[in-house]
Amino acid sequence: MARFTPAQRSILSASLTLSAAVGVFSIAYGVLAVSAGASIAQTCALSLFTFTGASQLSAVGVIATGGSASAAVGGALLLAARNAVYGLALAPYFTGSLGRRLVTAQFVIDETTAMMTAQGEPRHRQFAFWWTALPLFSMWNLGTLLGALLGSAIDPQAFGLDVAFSAAFVAMLAPHLTHVRGRQAAALGALICLALIPFVPVGVPILAAGLAIFIGVRPHEATV
Amino acid sequence: MSWWVVVWLSLGAYAFKVLGLVVIGSRRLPSAVERCLLLIPAALLAALVVKDTFSTQQSLVVDERALGLAVALVCVWRKQSLVVTIVTAAFVTAIARAV
Repeated sequence: MARFTPAQRSILSASLTLSAAVGVFSIAYGVLAVSAGASIAQTCALSLFTFTGASQLSAVGVIATGGSASAAVGGALLLAARNAVYGLALAPYFTGSLGRRLVTAQFVIDETTAMMTAQGEPRHRQFAFWWTALPLFSMWNLGTLLGALLGSAIDPQAFGLDVAFSAAFVAMLAPHLTHVRGRQAAALGALICLALIPFVPVGVPILAAGLAIFIGVRPHEATV
Repeated sequence: MSWWVVVWLSLGAYAFKVLGLVVIGSRRLPSAVERCLLLIPAALLAALVVKDTFSTQQSLVVDERALGLAVALVCVWRKQSLVVTIVTAAFVTAIARAV
């Protein structure tokens, strides 16, 4: 039995709580993916290999409402681009072999980045990353399988599961609204999306909302 | 759903992860590019929330989901955990649909 220091124990309790939440979320994902027309194998493959929740949900949501495969993948990949930004922030702490870094990359997502960057002491960062990544990956995939198996048996709307996504997105969005720029980008993204929904194919408004990031071109002083 | 969605999404998502952590790594990007990239989650998550709440296919609608979203906003504002936020929002929406 491994012995953990008090600091490591507090990281573990945070990561296990987070993993439990993600488990609940992944059951909702599994149910909705199957009801959107994905097979159980496809639903699980997305969680294993894509492993970035918001993108999986976005793709499934577009497919469910009759959007094309390319619109589904396009919007989802735009969302996945944020993991590249996270990678930039984490890169200084991963200096192992290329092979090791290529494996590490699969686990660079919202939660692992948040847990790692929350550590004040550099020596706790790798511990926080891996002890968030592994329970979370396990729970995400177990929950997905459970949800996918339940999928055809329950009506996601009757349980309000379709709103589970929006609720989780709101929680993920909150930390980005602490800055003026983040609030502006969020408001503009939402506005572009709403304005386009009646006029362009399903999925495209999400892609177009990505244009809101260009408010970042100007230096901060100009808008803050 | 086509398997191509799974294949392209998985390859693309992994490519972005590798691009940041391994390919660019500790090298710096032009600051204007970094500032724009950092805004991706805010812009897209907000768009996803309004799309999932206020639209059905290509129609703008206000229904029980708006109530669920309002509940989620209150939960997040009151700093409730992710589990509490998701379960409460889903529960309130389900109740609203049932009555």
